[in-house]
Amino acid sequence: MFGEGILKGLAETARNFFGSFVSAERLTTVEYPEQRIAPFEAARVFPFLVYDGEDWLAGLRCVACQICEKECPPQCIFIEKSKDKKPDFVGKPQSYPMRFEIDISVCMSCQICVEVCPFEAIKMDTAFELSTGDRFGGLLLNLTQLAKPNAYYRQIHPTGAAEVDARMAEEMAKAEAKAKTATDAAAKAAADAAATKAADATPAAGDASQSRPDEESRR
Amino acid sequence: MSLIFYLIAALTVAGGLAAVLLKNTVHCALALTVAFAGLALLFLNLDAQFAGFAQILVYIGAVAILVVFAILLTKGSETPQGGVFSRTWLVGLTAAAAVFAVLGWAVIASAPLLPKAATPATAATSAMVVTPAPAVPPAPAVTVEQIGRALAGRYVLPLEIVAVLLTAALIGAVIVAMHEKEEAK
Amino acid sequence: MTATASFARSIIETSDQIFVLLKQWLVSFLPAAWQPAAGVVLCVAAIVGLFPALFALTTVLERKGLGRIQNRIGPNRVGPLGLLQPLADGIKSLTKEDIVPARADWAVHFLAPLVLVVAVFMGFAVVPMGRNLVLVDMDAGLLFYFAMGASTELAIFMAGWSSRNKYSLLGAMRAVAQMISYEVALLLSTVVVVMMAGSLSLTKIVAAQNQYTWGLPHWYIFTPWGLAGFLMYAIATTAETNRSPFDLPEGESELVAGYHTEYSGFKFALFFLGEYLAMFSVSGLGATLFLGGWSAPFSFLTWVPSWIWFFSKLMLSIFVFIWLRGTLPRLRQDQLMNFAWKFVLPMTLLNLLVAGLWRFMGEGWERWVLCTAILVVAYVVMGRMGMRREHFGPRSYRYAE
Repeated sequence: MFGEGILKGLAETARNFFGSFVSAERLTTVEYPEQRIAPFEAARVFPFLVYDGEDWLAGLRCVACQICEKECPPQCIFIEKSKDKKPDFVGKPQSYPMRFEIDISVCMSCQICVEVCPFEAIKMDTAFELSTGDRFGGLLLNLTQLAKPNAYYRQIHPTGAAEVDARMAEEMAKAEAKAKTATDAAAKAAADAAATKAADATPAAGDASQSRPDEESRR
Repeated sequence: MSLIFYLIAALTVAGGLAAVLLKNTVHCALALTVAFAGLALLFLNLDAQFAGFAQILVYIGAVAILVVFAILLTKGSETPQGGVFSRTWLVGLTAAAAVFAVLGWAVIASAPLLPKAATPATAATSAMVVTPAPAVPPAPAVTVEQIGRALAGRYVLPLEIVAVLLTAALIGAVIVAMHEKEEAK
Repeated sequence: MTATASFARSIIETSDQIFVLLKQWLVSFLPAAWQPAAGVVLCVAAIVGLFPALFALTTVLERKGLGRIQNRIGPNRVGPLGLLQPLADGIKSLTKEDIVPARADWAVHFLAPLVLVVAVFMGFAVVPMGRNLVLVDMDAGLLFYFAMGASTELAIFMAGWSSRNKYSLLGAMRAVAQMISYEVALLLSTVVVVMMAGSLSLTKIVAAQNQYTWGLPHWYIFTPWGLAGFLMYAIATTAETNRSPFDLPEGESELVAGYHTEYSGFKFALFFLGEYLAMFSVSGLGATLFLGGWSAPFSFLTWVPSWIWFFSKLMLSIFVFIWLRGTLPRLRQDQLMNFAWKFVLPMTLLNLLVAGLWRFMGEGWERWVLCTAILVVAYVVMGRMGMRREHFGPRSYRYAE
């Protein structure tokens, strides 16, 4: 009423002004290029493709099912499916992407591709220093740039990676068990070997699709 | 005198003419401001500091702004397509000539009273000027203090009357504005 | 002993008058006929050089100060501690493209920043920046100052109108309305000083304050009417220079940048310069009128050169300007006008009466008590009256619900 509010405000700003010189906890600015803060695990920038093992082409988890391409709201993913097939981590033959491109100038980091992927193949990256001089080609990431090892995924998202690894180990164990029963059955009924082999492929495919609702409910 | 006087006079007359002849009303107002400034410079050239600064303060600082506001707040601020002369230009010319004649007569009549004839009124042809030309001879420089003493001493009654008049006008304006607002509700 | 004393005195005298002596020394190289003109040119060059330099310094100090107020660091990249930031800004604004809107009135658009800066620079001519350190010691100095200050309004209007942009025009109209409203209060708040000093000459006003009792100066701020006048002056000048919290004319949230929305490159820099120069100018005038100009705050400090005192007072008030900007939120238009016409103006008018009373009551403690009592009572009553009609509570929105 008589200006005491103004005086109070002035005192507050003065406290801030002088306090920022004496107390370090007031001055929370991080001078970015020189100083960095540890990256947050929950951070997400743009998606990348996970591969297992050493050879990225062989270990790529993506099977080019094109679900992410269809689900992507801004339509920033482009996938070209391969004609031939190669075995995936459980040894089942799957297609693989010939071309997998993400235009990160269009991507809105919504993470929907990650949610819908049944194969744990696409994950969100935390790398954010992506500036480039070429705003068309430089921001269109191709398969080579997108593929990153599982070790990297473990490093940036330890919790998420542990879950995924556990699930995949489980699947692998199931597949192995199934293969074992299959071989056992093959040993028992050597005569029907060809028939059993045909039956082997069908339940394995069923396993893979089963993991999808699990994953969605977890997220 | 001489050169500087003629320069300022030319500026003032040019400003006045532009104020009359330009098409865009806002340009006219700005040209009028130039004329005001020229007049102020003339006063200063005659060592009439108070009159000069008061001219700037009142005319450039207040009157010009008022004119500009009036132009912008009323309709018809668009640039006219045709000529800028109204049909009653003859009447206007007559009025201007009459004002000029009165001013000229006043100046010429007062000339013998002065030690040196000061002729600032020649520049006052630009119609709008109604500022009384300071009857200040250049030789005895009148300081601001003297003007102040005269205003607060000998001429205190006229000063007070003018003050009361202005206050009444101000209150009247406020009342008119308030009344309109109530009606609008 | 006396030799050392006189030597010390001559040192003090020289450091106090160093700029005057420097000018005389420089001018003495020229033929006698040219000397007065050259002296004036030299003084003008000094003013035109010094204050933009001060402006450059102030911009970086302001940004750093505001940063500190908000617990940030502020600019620290260009040069040591970010002190070369204004240089980078200057180069940037010089090399930027100068865009004139297609339908703008190019002549008026071009003239507006020039008129503004010239009018603001003129004000410095009469402000005494030290003992004998004044460009023109005019008899009607204060009047000249306000005459020049009044001319800036027209420049702002020219800028806003000629841009042919609704934001510019709205900003200009706001600025002009605000400046006219507060100019009344500004003039009336300085009249008390003129009444007391008995002169419009700024050098005489400083001389009247440059006296000491018990080591303390006779600054006008140390009297009831002087303090009230100074506060009113500070409010009015803050509004007059369009500084926060009175920065409605360039309210970023609603008007982009107000009257200089359509200005780019160096013309924009000129507006920026004009704004800060106006700040220096009113700070200098405020120091001259109420804070004793170049006189020292204590009689035992009179040996410090007078210009140091003037500029420290100036920078102090610049600091207060920055501090206020970091603290107060922007006023609304109706609050602004109500504040001007219903609080500041009545207070300045009352202050005139109080100053008259002070003058005619003569020496003694009675006048201190009476004048203070009148002002405090008026302040309290006006504060209460201002608050009476305000009812604070949950706000209701007519159309939003």
